[in-house]
Amino acid sequence: MSVTTQAPAVHTESKVPLKEFVRKGEPPTEDYREKLFELEAKGELEVQRVPEPIMEVETKYGRKKKIPVEHTWHHKSCGQCGHIPGYSTSIFWLHRQFGLDYFDPKDQSSCTAWNYYASSTSNSAAQAAIAVRNFAQAKLDGYFPLIHCGTSFGHYKETREEIIHHPELRDQVRRIMDRLKMPFVFPEEIVHYSEWIHAMRHRIAERQTLDFSNIVSTVHPACHYHKLVVEDAIYDRELYDGQRTAIVTGLVEALGAKAADYSTWHDCCGFGFRHILVSRDFSRSFATIRKIERMKEEADPDVTITHDTGCVTTLDKSQFAAQAHGRNVGIPVLSDAQFAALAMGAHPYNVCQLHWHGVDNKPLLEKMGIDHKKAWEEFETIAERIESGELDFMTWEDADVK
Amino acid sequence: MSIYTDAKYMDVPYEEKLKLFKEVKDDMRYDHNLYGCYECGICVAACPSARFYDFSPRVFAQIMAREDVDTFYELLNDNVWDCSQCYSCTRCPRQNNPGGIILMMRDAAVRAGLQSAKDALRAYSRIIYKVMSTGTQVAPDMLQPDFFPDWGTDVKAVAENLDVWRRAIPPETLHTTELAWDVSEKTRLELYMIWKLTGNLELIEGIDEGIYMILEEVMEELLDDNGYDIDDFENILED
Repeated sequence: MSVTTQAPAVHTESKVPLKEFVRKGEPPTEDYREKLFELEAKGELEVQRVPEPIMEVETKYGRKKKIPVEHTWHHKSCGQCGHIPGYSTSIFWLHRQFGLDYFDPKDQSSCTAWNYYASSTSNSAAQAAIAVRNFAQAKLDGYFPLIHCGTSFGHYKETREEIIHHPELRDQVRRIMDRLKMPFVFPEEIVHYSEWIHAMRHRIAERQTLDFSNIVSTVHPACHYHKLVVEDAIYDRELYDGQRTAIVTGLVEALGAKAADYSTWHDCCGFGFRHILVSRDFSRSFATIRKIERMKEEADPDVTITHDTGCVTTLDKSQFAAQAHGRNVGIPVLSDAQFAALAMGAHPYNVCQLHWHGVDNKPLLEKMGIDHKKAWEEFETIAERIESGELDFMTWEDADVK
Repeated sequence: MSIYTDAKYMDVPYEEKLKLFKEVKDDMRYDHNLYGCYECGICVAACPSARFYDFSPRVFAQIMAREDVDTFYELLNDNVWDCSQCYSCTRCPRQNNPGGIILMMRDAAVRAGLQSAKDALRAYSRIIYKVMSTGTQVAPDMLQPDFFPDWGTDVKAVAENLDVWRRAIPPETLHTTELAWDVSEKTRLELYMIWKLTGNLELIEGIDEGIYMILEEVMEELLDDNGYDIDDFENILED
């Protein structure tokens, strides 16, 4: 059996004359925005418009999607905030670096979809009401929702389809919102933070302080980003010839790193919702055998970059126990937000909080030109000041120690 | 009567199986999840669970399309909890959504309080409690070496330094140990109202009575503190 040791680049030279496919037909799916506006015209709900300034991106069937630059209400992720806090922190840090207006609410619940996909201990009405309650609060706060979690993003897109197509569900949601004394609001677009990063990638690259040209990365696209309501995901003809979602890969290439391909790119990470918490033998087996080992053998990357809570957790945490079985593992796993923040000079521990990750990422940091020993000492100094009572917590100013 | 000689659950009355089968078919999402089946196997090739379990998303589509009630009931008990809910199976050329069919079946299994559903969710109850009572699914203090021994030494380091390390994160909302972020009381109050108005609290009673009793107490206390009576929040879905 031959084993590929060199990573094939995303853009390989064609051996035949290039014949570009140009899509001419109408999209095969309905335009959810038109449907929402129709419902708004009938007085059934209120559609929150994407605030100016906007960035336009292209989705699977050629439609344009509006991405807000700022004035965003950050719909946080349980798994990111709870177990990978450098993920959320990096998203906020990027906004702060560009001086963009954003809001980090306390009046936000989880979408609760991780639990729903895992246990079914809920129903469509509750799930829709939770989505609308969060959206209504964003509107009342004067900001537009930016969704951090891939599952929240996918689930809210499913919820949008159910709300559009089922008047009985709209009636239930309306009655619930009336009891909560809140408006029935739905956003014009459901926007994932990684779409914001994709749209901002060239501005991020302009502010890049580290050279990533020697970094090889594989990309894992989150299932709930591009497999749930497939048409509402970013595709770009310049990336994978428009045949796969461009998310994450666009950033990796914009930062000058090499996006290396591998044969199980389309596979799930193995998260499984229920499995990652109570049947981890499955998650671990799938993550290591179908994803990490394939990446190692076919691309041998310095890092793998993904854009969802569960994917970072599963791909990262599954590698420890696999070592006991002699598996070919050992790839650091970062989110696109952490990768972008590091490129712009973010502190690896104060901002990116890499000490919450499992796989040893020091060789990666060294290759990026980051002095991780000095950085860890800086983090520990602040932690000691917190422990001694000298500081209550680390501020943004503390985090950006130079 | 099942066409299979090795069919299981033949002691369960057909009417009981049919009732659950009809519940799934009557789900408002059903028509968008099943359009037929070519039996091409693309969904199986894409499915992570099919690689490690005796599990096939194609069988779910076929059985529902054929209206094989006995085999439906067998899948409902023996296979439905193996699905990863990743929706890789939506690559189906007929636009089927086997993962969506499975979610509807799980819903039916939980509503009916099937023993197989209780068994599948037994170790998971603490997560249900966490998300329903706090509005966030996982929390930093869950990172304990005895719960995640396979996740590596960083879990021990996190557990040992949890309070300080949480305060060594710049966003103020993340200075929490029992919640993923600092969720406001108003959010929890409104979430409890939603759980009550949609019958979700009662749903838990059929799966784990202990968790239900604790949840009801927590919700009743917060509602009461804010001038509400928990009994005023009827299940509007029963209208």
